[in-house]
Amino acid sequence: MVDYGAGNLRSLRAAFERAGAEVAVSDQPEQVARAEFVIIPGVGQAASAMQALRERGLVDAILAALRGGSHLFGVCVGMQLLFARSEEGDTAGLGLLPGSTTRLAGARRLPHMGWNDVESAAPHRLTTAFPAPCYFAHTYAVQDAPPRCLLASTSVEHGAFASLVGEGRVAGAQFHPERSGAAGAAFLRTVMRWAGDAA
Amino acid sequence: MLRKRIIPCLDVSDGRVVKGVNFVNLRDCGEPVEAALRYAEQGADEIVWLNITATGEDASALCRAVERAAEQIDIPLTVGGGINRVGRVRELLLAGADKVSLNTGALARPSLIGEAAERFGSQCIVCAIDARREADGGWRAYVDGGRKPSDWDAVAWGALAVELGAGELLVTSMDSDGVQDGYDLELVETMCETVNVPVVASGGAGRPEHLADALEAGAEAALAASIFHDGTHTIEEVKQVCSARGLPMR
Repeated sequence: MVDYGAGNLRSLRAAFERAGAEVAVSDQPEQVARAEFVIIPGVGQAASAMQALRERGLVDAILAALRGGSHLFGVCVGMQLLFARSEEGDTAGLGLLPGSTTRLAGARRLPHMGWNDVESAAPHRLTTAFPAPCYFAHTYAVQDAPPRCLLASTSVEHGAFASLVGEGRVAGAQFHPERSGAAGAAFLRTVMRWAGDAA
Repeated sequence: MLRKRIIPCLDVSDGRVVKGVNFVNLRDCGEPVEAALRYAEQGADEIVWLNITATGEDASALCRAVERAAEQIDIPLTVGGGINRVGRVRELLLAGADKVSLNTGALARPSLIGEAAERFGSQCIVCAIDARREADGGWRAYVDGGRKPSDWDAVAWGALAVELGAGELLVTSMDSDGVQDGYDLELVETMCETVNVPVVASGGAGRPEHLADALEAGAEAALAASIFHDGTHTIEEVKQVCSARGLPMR
């Protein structure tokens, strides 16, 4: 689990441990680059998160781990960083998935805060825990993910956004599985099985 | 569809959950981490943890307690009480709080909201407002745990707090708090019409119907303490009443 000062590090780590993972929290590029499974936590602002990763040499380390056959999973801002760009602070992301993060359009109130339905958009082994309400707390979202990486979506009053994305060994959730009760725990167990696949 | 939230509130003083009437006459209601876990199991959608004697207490002891709660519960945790600088916000977020609630510290220095929202994002900055009705109509925001009136009209302050970057308002009616006779619905409605962020209604829950009333008045979440601490009603009962009235619940 990549340590770059994200606020949900502690709770996400505890939730993954409850799901059976053995978690090493690290801000050391060499250690991250060697990981079998890399988790990017995240809350807050995309541009400052990306900057914090860069300053610690962790962007290259994450990409190196992925090239080496690792699985990669991002949560909330950690998911948003998987995409090419974010409008929040106008920053480039890791560019691993096609699409961009923009201010969530179509919600009556922002931030989009609370429990909302995560609904499968395509049959995929990561979506077996859904449909189920999960916990969200965000103002920005990915609304232009192409069907090939859109695994689940969530509706607001006048629109929808990507709540679970993935392609190959890269995946991410906009909701907080570590704060989504039993549904979040069931989802993290599927994430662990997915990450346990041979590269 | 986004669900309406039911939030048990833990007022914590010297490491214990306490509850008063109209902000005074505190009585002991147990250990906060245990209470948070119990409510999470019972179906609470979020926990609010307000440190109500924040000034005199050891800040690192609070952080350690928040760490323990954050690691063990699997629903969101909001922590507030006595926060007057961005460094404190950071410490609590790193301890595992999902949101931090600002009150007196923000009224004393409104730019605190902007600084915290800029750095950590609006989604984790809650502005808590303790509002008391004025003789000539309207509500005044109070500071220091309801002990002192501020210069601010509560609704005008809510609007400014949102403009500065607060991502949620936690609005407590001091007139109704602990009386268990229902929320100040006019305050809830007025605040919800004024701002475009989620509003959490607080103060006055005595029966499940009261929480449903607050949610129907426009609040995204209803917060309560006494009815849950005393075991008068369970979270499940409240949710059943709300669901029966057509409100979207988890």
